[in-house]
Amino acid sequence: MVVIPDILVQGAQMALVLLLSPLLTGFVRKVKARLLRSRGASVFQPYRDLLRLMRKEVVLAENASWLFRVTPYMIFAATWVAAALVPTFATGLMFSWTADLIAIVALLGSARFFLALAGMDVGTSFGGIGSSREVMIASLAEPAMLLIIFTLALLAGATQLSTIAAFMASPEVGLRVSLGMALVALVMVAIAENARIPVDNPATHLELTMVHEAMVLEYSGRHLAMIEFSASLKLLLYVSLIACLFAPWNLAGSGAGPASYAVGAGAYIGKLAAAGVLLALFETATAKMRVFRVPQFLGAALMLGLLATLLLFVSRSL
Amino acid sequence: MPGLSDLMLEGSRVQGHRPAPRAVVDPAVWNFTVGKIAEGHWTLLGLWGEAAAVHMALLDEDAGETAVVSLDCPDGRYPSVAQRHPPALRLERAARDLFGLTPRGLPDMRPWLDHGRWAESDPASQPYDFLPAEGEGLHQVAVGPVHAGIIEPGHFRFTVSGETVVRLEQRFGYAHKGVESLMAGAALTQAARLAGRVSGDSTVAYAFAFARAAEAALGVEPPERAQWLRALMAELERLANHFGDFGAVRNDAAFPLLHAHAAVLRERVLRAADACFGHRFMRDRIVPGGVASDMAAGSTDMLHGLVADLRQRFPKLVELYDKTASLQDRTVGTGIVKPPLARQYGAGGFVGRASGRPFDARRTVGYPPYDALRFDVPVLDRGDVDARVWIRIREAEQSMSLVEQILRGMPGGPIAADLPSRAGEGMALVEGFRGDVLAWIRIGGDGKVARCHLRDPSWFQWPLVEAAVEGNIVADFPLCNKSFNCSYSGHDL
Repeated sequence: MVVIPDILVQGAQMALVLLLSPLLTGFVRKVKARLLRSRGASVFQPYRDLLRLMRKEVVLAENASWLFRVTPYMIFAATWVAAALVPTFATGLMFSWTADLIAIVALLGSARFFLALAGMDVGTSFGGIGSSREVMIASLAEPAMLLIIFTLALLAGATQLSTIAAFMASPEVGLRVSLGMALVALVMVAIAENARIPVDNPATHLELTMVHEAMVLEYSGRHLAMIEFSASLKLLLYVSLIACLFAPWNLAGSGAGPASYAVGAGAYIGKLAAAGVLLALFETATAKMRVFRVPQFLGAALMLGLLATLLLFVSRSL
Repeated sequence: MPGLSDLMLEGSRVQGHRPAPRAVVDPAVWNFTVGKIAEGHWTLLGLWGEAAAVHMALLDEDAGETAVVSLDCPDGRYPSVAQRHPPALRLERAARDLFGLTPRGLPDMRPWLDHGRWAESDPASQPYDFLPAEGEGLHQVAVGPVHAGIIEPGHFRFTVSGETVVRLEQRFGYAHKGVESLMAGAALTQAARLAGRVSGDSTVAYAFAFARAAEAALGVEPPERAQWLRALMAELERLANHFGDFGAVRNDAAFPLLHAHAAVLRERVLRAADACFGHRFMRDRIVPGGVASDMAAGSTDMLHGLVADLRQRFPKLVELYDKTASLQDRTVGTGIVKPPLARQYGAGGFVGRASGRPFDARRTVGYPPYDALRFDVPVLDRGDVDARVWIRIREAEQSMSLVEQILRGMPGGPIAADLPSRAGEGMALVEGFRGDVLAWIRIGGDGKVARCHLRDPSWFQWPLVEAAVEGNIVADFPLCNKSFNCSYSGHDL
């Protein structure tokens, strides 16, 4: 019987992503602050922020509909399920057999769909601006993401993340041009999807330049907590995705012993830290681009994904 | 071509108005003057009212001369300047709110500073009619007066087509605190303190302008050492603000690295100011007659050290700015002010000088001790965000050199002169970091301020923000706006 350990592993991963995601956000902020030579808030600040928001009362606009109230929970649920599908320290997730990479994209897509609707629900101009920009970005990021998935699926012969991760960890992968392109494209998509510099600025106070923040301007209290939590989860999801696809070292296989789980968990935390430092470095060294440059940026990601896929058709070894 | 002195002959000269002449003219000469301004022959420096008269300060840029023309209007009506020269529009609307003077023929009679809430008994204010914009798919975005960041209050009404700004209309007056009516009847020392509080980041420039105007009215020349100390403070203020802006513009392009480093430079300047003059922003240091306190002991060496340190650090930041392509992509070609517009509005400071208007009150009009100092007035004509940043960079470099020259040439002697108590009128133009601050004062026989008008450079820069943003995208507005960094408080009075 391997079902029970699998359930345990799955449960552990779901709890892990929930626990670690605010820490990753806090860590990135801390590193950025240190790079700017300021002290920065504690890495645990996002946990405190979430607690504080949970305790605060919710201020709702008079004309807010049920959609506005429900959206935070839907986004949180969708993002959490999507994050649970990505192998963090071990492959062979229970849920992997029910949902693949395409399902992750769909889950995140529906979360965004509801957030964009909620942004427009109250009828403020900022919400509308944010929603329209977000949808513009999404309409370019999602095709790019799908092309990346095609590349990986063609290589691994599956769209299931556990299988792909196991394949990527195996020696038969080799060095491939298309994988390199897919990695670059995935990083670009991840930056856009997570509203990071240069596509969006998560730390800005300028309403007119916001994308993600503009949509959630009207949220408060536990609703905002849910949205912030989902944003952290999403960042962790993408980092985990990149890690398990392109740095699948020390991932514990299905049915492995506790020792290899421990090694996997340690390696995972190491990967997160490395990604956090890289992200902070990149964000510090770049200015935000003009809104209308974003299509070019994501267009490049799309072309890279397309090239990666096409190269595989040309030659199986590229 | 008539000069300002010829114009003065057309009216009756007012005795005791120094250093520039003032003449009371009849409506025909007034209209002639307006025509000359509209043609671009003279530049409008300011327009202000009082109970039954309206005044207009003029500048002849080629000759570097200034003058004031006044028109008596006992019925409270005068021929509008703005109907032929749009830069006067907001000034006339403000004068109408403050003194009830009605400009005949003014195309826009909406109140400006008065939001209908000055009297407690007033009913809820009338809705303000924003200018309409017609077209398919246009919608409005209202921003402010309360902003998400910690900045001053002002309302911006964007009419946008998608992301493109079709029209921006500003609405100010939220920071109105009644400076002009507080000034009326105030003792000179009290009025000087008020002047220093009109716009906090330019407190030295305001106090400087006020003091010079008051001294001109009283016919007093401050001691030489006081003049040099004033210039030192003015340059320190300029340095601190230019460093601050240099970083803040970057921050709006989400590049906090430069912001953090520039903030360190600004902080060093402010701390040095604190050590030398006992106040980080050097508030209330400049008083009519001289300065309130001398430099602390050892200040000269410390300031020399400061400048040496800045000279070492600042070029690195400039280089980082110049070499970061993602930043340049945001600033070059964004928010362009065309040179003719800058000239028409008489925009001072980096706004004018980035758009080809080589006006600097320290040079064009000139006042001590700057006539004894060497400095360049940098001018560019691209008029975009990048140009305004570069003017600031060049000016900061000039200010560093000026600080050194001032320290080397600092004369000894007393720091304040005694003020006589007599009536008089005076006007002064002082270059603050934003541009030329105009101060006009009338001192009554009792030695108290009868009327004082302070005109912030932002009056002629804010309208250019509206022009610069048009056709840009909404998301670039914060960057454009920060590159102007106009004052709300100085404008709202």
